[in-house]
Amino acid sequence: MELRAYIVRRLLLLIPVLFGVTLLIFAVLQFFSPVERATLYVRSPQQYSQLPEIIEKYGLNDPVWVQYGTWMNQIFHGNFGWSRVVSLPVGKALLKFLPATLELAIFATPMIILGGIFLGSKAAAHKDRAFDHATRVGAIIGWSLPTFWLGLVLLMIFYGFFSGLLPPERLSTEMNLLVHSDQFTRYTNINVIDSILNGNGRVLVDSLRHLVLPVITLTVVSLAFIMRLMRSSMLEALSKGYILTARAKGLDENTVVNKHARRNALIPVLTVSGYIFAGLVNGVVITETIFNFKGLGWWAAKSAVNLDIAAILAFALFNGILFVLTNLVVDLLYARIDPRIRLGAQTT
Amino acid sequence: MNRLGFMFYQLRRNPLSIIGITLILAFILTAALAPVIAPPPEGHRDAYQIPRSGFSPTPTPPSSEHPFGTTEGQYDILYGVIWGTRSAFRVGVLVVGSVLVIGIILGSVAGYFGGLVDEVIMRVTDVFMAFPALILAMAITVALGPSLNSVTLALIAVSWPSYTRLIRGDILAVREEDYVEAARGVGSSHFRIIVWHILPNSIYPTLVMASLDIGAVVLSAAALSFLGLGAPEGYADWGQMIGYARNWIVGPPGDPMAYWYAVVIPGLFILFFVLGWNLLGDAFRDILDPRLGKR
Repeated sequence: MELRAYIVRRLLLLIPVLFGVTLLIFAVLQFFSPVERATLYVRSPQQYSQLPEIIEKYGLNDPVWVQYGTWMNQIFHGNFGWSRVVSLPVGKALLKFLPATLELAIFATPMIILGGIFLGSKAAAHKDRAFDHATRVGAIIGWSLPTFWLGLVLLMIFYGFFSGLLPPERLSTEMNLLVHSDQFTRYTNINVIDSILNGNGRVLVDSLRHLVLPVITLTVVSLAFIMRLMRSSMLEALSKGYILTARAKGLDENTVVNKHARRNALIPVLTVSGYIFAGLVNGVVITETIFNFKGLGWWAAKSAVNLDIAAILAFALFNGILFVLTNLVVDLLYARIDPRIRLGAQTT
Repeated sequence: MNRLGFMFYQLRRNPLSIIGITLILAFILTAALAPVIAPPPEGHRDAYQIPRSGFSPTPTPPSSEHPFGTTEGQYDILYGVIWGTRSAFRVGVLVVGSVLVIGIILGSVAGYFGGLVDEVIMRVTDVFMAFPALILAMAITVALGPSLNSVTLALIAVSWPSYTRLIRGDILAVREEDYVEAARGVGSSHFRIIVWHILPNSIYPTLVMASLDIGAVVLSAAALSFLGLGAPEGYADWGQMIGYARNWIVGPPGDPMAYWYAVVIPGLFILFFVLGWNLLGDAFRDILDPRLGKR
């Protein structure tokens, strides 16, 4: 099995994609004035007063291709710039905001994937019956909901009407102070995990209360999408000859549905996981903004609105790497689910 | 023609698609009749600018003068959502139309000729798709200066790759068909083969599905406007109207739902608009997917 060679080859493909991403960002950058772009090279607040020197030093008035070279050179030397909106170097900001987003993802991803697959295949197995119709209507409405509005309405009900039951942000003020005091060790900065490691029940409950609404907001749209897709591919699988064979030889319905049909129906769902990932990133940006849940998405949205180019660039590169890695994992999963697919064979 | 008739027959049979068509027609009527439903006040220069009665930030509840109340800054909610329907259609139709044109041109070139051209176009779509769409759209909007036109351009820039890929796939599926081979044999030009033989036989399903994406496009545009990147201050736009309500989710103590109308009403307009297109899309998906079998 040439698994390792395959993974290495796929990882090498990262390079052209990331290179393209930098080109794209650079193209967008050309809309901005040299002063605005000079902030990319600033690494500390003091340097802000020296913008004219920076423009001179990095040749921001030079021809475009020369500028691209200098710019890439800076990036290879690890200078991703200074994120104005949070007053931190970009690398530090990335590490600071990552745990919050991970915390959201830890809860939302399994709900989306497992929930979508389960509900979708159940709907297919009960085609044209009440359960199917109910999930169909639910999915179409969920799929049509403006994420940002859903978040606001949920807040209106569970934060306003039920006076503070499920609040926005990551932690209440009191718990936030506790978490940042000496009595609490922050191992991962993921509050739920840290509170368990510290054995602190109050922080755990508080962080869970803050997570409920963002996780729901993030889940609804993607769950609806996977569910619909799973239903139609499951229907297709159930109409195949091998299902008839399986039933004819007297297998019980559960084995037929869960083993024979579902495994085959999973492949189209995997195929679109790239889209699902992209949708999730959009969802994270909006959800974190609504709930003031200070993670990567919140940071990226704030940076985009405030023209914090260094931060946008970092977020985009980070996202590009994640995207390619997701696709790699998906292709590896393909081979596990469908033994007929051999890795490395040209499929595109 | 027969196929088209069958399609309409199936559409009529499906109650959900009837609801979808009704919703879309209602919105088209609303957009067309905007000057009648919500006439601009005398001497109002730009009809898309929502009239405001005062400058107080606190929303006021529905009254006879303002049937849906006013939102932050005393903008009339009814006027905003009615004229916002026009803004929504404009962005949706412009984006989907342009993206389809780009997709058809690039997709058929890539799919038909293959080789290096194909490789280059596909790698470019890879790059665009590796970029977080919303953030790219936000960056482009900021770069072009916040306005509805920037939002339109930004959404075109982030959504053309997936359409190009879809259409390329459609073309690939029929490229080796006998009738294409025959057309090539009698010496038709590449252009003629693509336009007369390949496109009519391959892209209708994609075309139908894509035109129903207007709902999804309006959803993204509303998200951008909500974040303050779309319409200029006071412009009739659904996303912006929800943005105005953002500070008024929770009312004063004792009356937490006091400002519900400012949050809920513009959101319902977006929801029903998108729902209409999605209901129709769902029905079409079943009709156009022959694998699901005759019913």
